[in-house]
Amino acid sequence: MKSLLIILLSAMLTDNFVLAKFMGICPFLGVSKKLDSASGMGIAVTFVMICATMVTYPIHHGILVPNGLEYFDTVVFILVIALFVQLVETMLKKCIPSLYSSLGVYLPLITTNCAVLGVTVLNIDNNYSFIQSIVNALGAGLGFMLALVIFSGVRKKMEYADIPETFKGVPATLIAASIVSVSFMGFSGLFS
Amino acid sequence: MTYLIPIIILAGCGLLAGVLLTIAAKVFYVKTDERVAKISEALPQANCGACGFAGCSDYANAVVNSGAATNLCRPGGADAAGKIAEILGVAAAEVVPMTAVVHCNGNCDATSPQFDFDGVQSCKAVKRFYNGSGTCKYGCIGLGDCVDICEHDAISIVNGVAKVTPLLCGACGQCAEVCPNKLISIKPLSGHVDVLCSSKDNGKITKQSCSNGCIGCKMCEKKCASEAIKVIDFHAVIDYNKCISCGECVKVCPVKAIHSCMVAAEQKD
Repeated sequence: MKSLLIILLSAMLTDNFVLAKFMGICPFLGVSKKLDSASGMGIAVTFVMICATMVTYPIHHGILVPNGLEYFDTVVFILVIALFVQLVETMLKKCIPSLYSSLGVYLPLITTNCAVLGVTVLNIDNNYSFIQSIVNALGAGLGFMLALVIFSGVRKKMEYADIPETFKGVPATLIAASIVSVSFMGFSGLFS
Repeated sequence: MTYLIPIIILAGCGLLAGVLLTIAAKVFYVKTDERVAKISEALPQANCGACGFAGCSDYANAVVNSGAATNLCRPGGADAAGKIAEILGVAAAEVVPMTAVVHCNGNCDATSPQFDFDGVQSCKAVKRFYNGSGTCKYGCIGLGDCVDICEHDAISIVNGVAKVTPLLCGACGQCAEVCPNKLISIKPLSGHVDVLCSSKDNGKITKQSCSNGCIGCKMCEKKCASEAIKVIDFHAVIDYNKCISCGECVKVCPVKAIHSCMVAAEQKD
């Protein structure tokens, strides 16, 4: 139980996928403009991460390893992730159309979000058990949402800031992202 | 067998995923109004935003679902409005043909540059550098930011000044947005009398910097029978809601800053 909690918290804070491992930067910068779309995107990514882990883990250990096909991991995992992203997309279109339109192009882009593929591959690399893998995926997803929500708050403040003409827009956003990332370095060594 | 097993596994995964998605698509089927797709087809797909919506598909959606007017598409004009009305089964709304007009006539014969600019050749860059390179700070810079953005090839630089060909203009207003001096406005095609100057300097300074500039003498204002023309900030501005296109102001202007673009207007009709 204690080890599960450590996996959850370290995936969220010390090894935050966006701010410490620098995965999934594209949606991080693209969807963090508004709080509601940021949290919606976080939930969608968490859902896809957990579902993908639940399916990729048995596929890896049940089908690929017995046949000596470990090198097939990436291809099959991408296929599974694409499937779940498509599922989330059709579900959102039906249930929450407003969120569907506000996420726009970033929703299908979860497919190529390296954070999702990263979670599934790292679960295998770290030799986690099934439960540990799911907890790790949950932590990674929550960490992604945490980063997005924090950064949407930062960007809201930045809209009122007097930024020099040269830095307006993307440059200022990237600088702010790096500062948030530095602040997350404060967590390093917390659970080791 | 070494090759067969991976192929079978991958094909199996793909097939399974396909079946799952088909089921999901049936379960979560969203009924979309087919009129939206039809209207979207009838629009020019320029995605210019002149209608006030985010793009052609957004406008099509708004027409069907929130009752937006059918005559907002400027590039499509009467043609698109007619098609939309036909799809919706309502009477076609009247479309006033519009065109862009550049309010400057400071060509190479009338005015001169103050300095040579060797930086990035765009109006926006020049404008940032000491407010532009021309003697007149309000006039056309002539590097063609508007030409680049125009999707209808309606603007060209003639003798150092941007000129709109009303025949081609879709009146989407993107050029008006991109012009750093805000020289371009969208006006009804029928009102063909244009003031081709935007200088906010007083008469004396304008006269010194450009021989085609409006000096703000108010002769046109006095002559106008329908009170459509007003001198604001030392240059004349025409209210097209009142203008009857009589052309009296064109005749009376001492510096010939007011022009009649009648020929072009007749061609479009």
